[in-house]
Amino acid sequence: MKQASRNLVAVLAGVLFGLGLSVSQMIDPAKVINFLDLFGNWDPSLAFVMGGALAVNLVATRFILRRPRPVFDSTFRLPTKKDLDVKLISGALLFGVGWGLAGYCPGPMMSSLSFADGTILIVVASYLTGTFLTKWFLKQQDHESVKKDQACVG
Amino acid sequence: MENFTPFSALVGGAIIGLSAVILLLFKGRIAGVSGIVGGVLLPTSGDFFWRVLFVIGLIAGGMFYQLFGGSTENIQPVVSAPLLMLAGLLVGIGTTLGSGCTSGHGICGISRLSIRSIVATVVFMLSGIATVFIVRHVFGA
Repeated sequence: MKQASRNLVAVLAGVLFGLGLSVSQMIDPAKVINFLDLFGNWDPSLAFVMGGALAVNLVATRFILRRPRPVFDSTFRLPTKKDLDVKLISGALLFGVGWGLAGYCPGPMMSSLSFADGTILIVVASYLTGTFLTKWFLKQQDHESVKKDQACVG
Repeated sequence: MENFTPFSALVGGAIIGLSAVILLLFKGRIAGVSGIVGGVLLPTSGDFFWRVLFVIGLIAGGMFYQLFGGSTENIQPVVSAPLLMLAGLLVGIGTTLGSGCTSGHGICGISRLSIRSIVATVVFMLSGIATVFIVRHVFGA
């Protein structure tokens, strides 16, 4: 029963997310690029998307995180890193370039599969490839550093 | 500014916010799309299925929008296939290296007042703005 509720929550959250992206027109890359085009035909609409989402979340998150645990699970799984490292900054930098080039960030990209033609598949496929290769590479690096640590201890 | 649509943007944003609230309150998870998708591609045990369900939901949400009369007719990629490929790769590499995207850092992270997320959001916004500036106003594409 609990498993079913958990699954239902995941689907519901996904559906709402996809619906929100569509209603707000974040799924339109032309609109995204116009939002980023501060020095041209600037369309500030997407700042309101973030504003709407933050208005709900800034308030709700405070209350939710006061609970000892989530409703259907044993712990909150939140990021624990605190430092501003090179990976964070360079990653955000590269992501911004990709976002500005074509107007797709991951959420709208996945949601666009609901009306995908062949060209949308290109950006999704290369996004998944980039993600997979980078994750794999980072994992290898982790293994290496663990090995080194063990060598030092030994 | 002829296409300024603050109302639908605000409503859509609030729906996205509600999605993140539901995921955090009931499952204790962050609604960051790049993180959820990344966990589908290289899963750890017992942490796979909900992510698939969320992604299916993302696509279904787009379908519901069309069912309820929303139009996606005029929405299409605005750049050529090679640029789409490059952009997709950069988004994949960048969000994985930087541990998040517009949703995970920009909405959930900022809501937790995470310094990392606030910095990441400022950086990707600025680099996105710089990229569009260079493409549109320097190269005039």
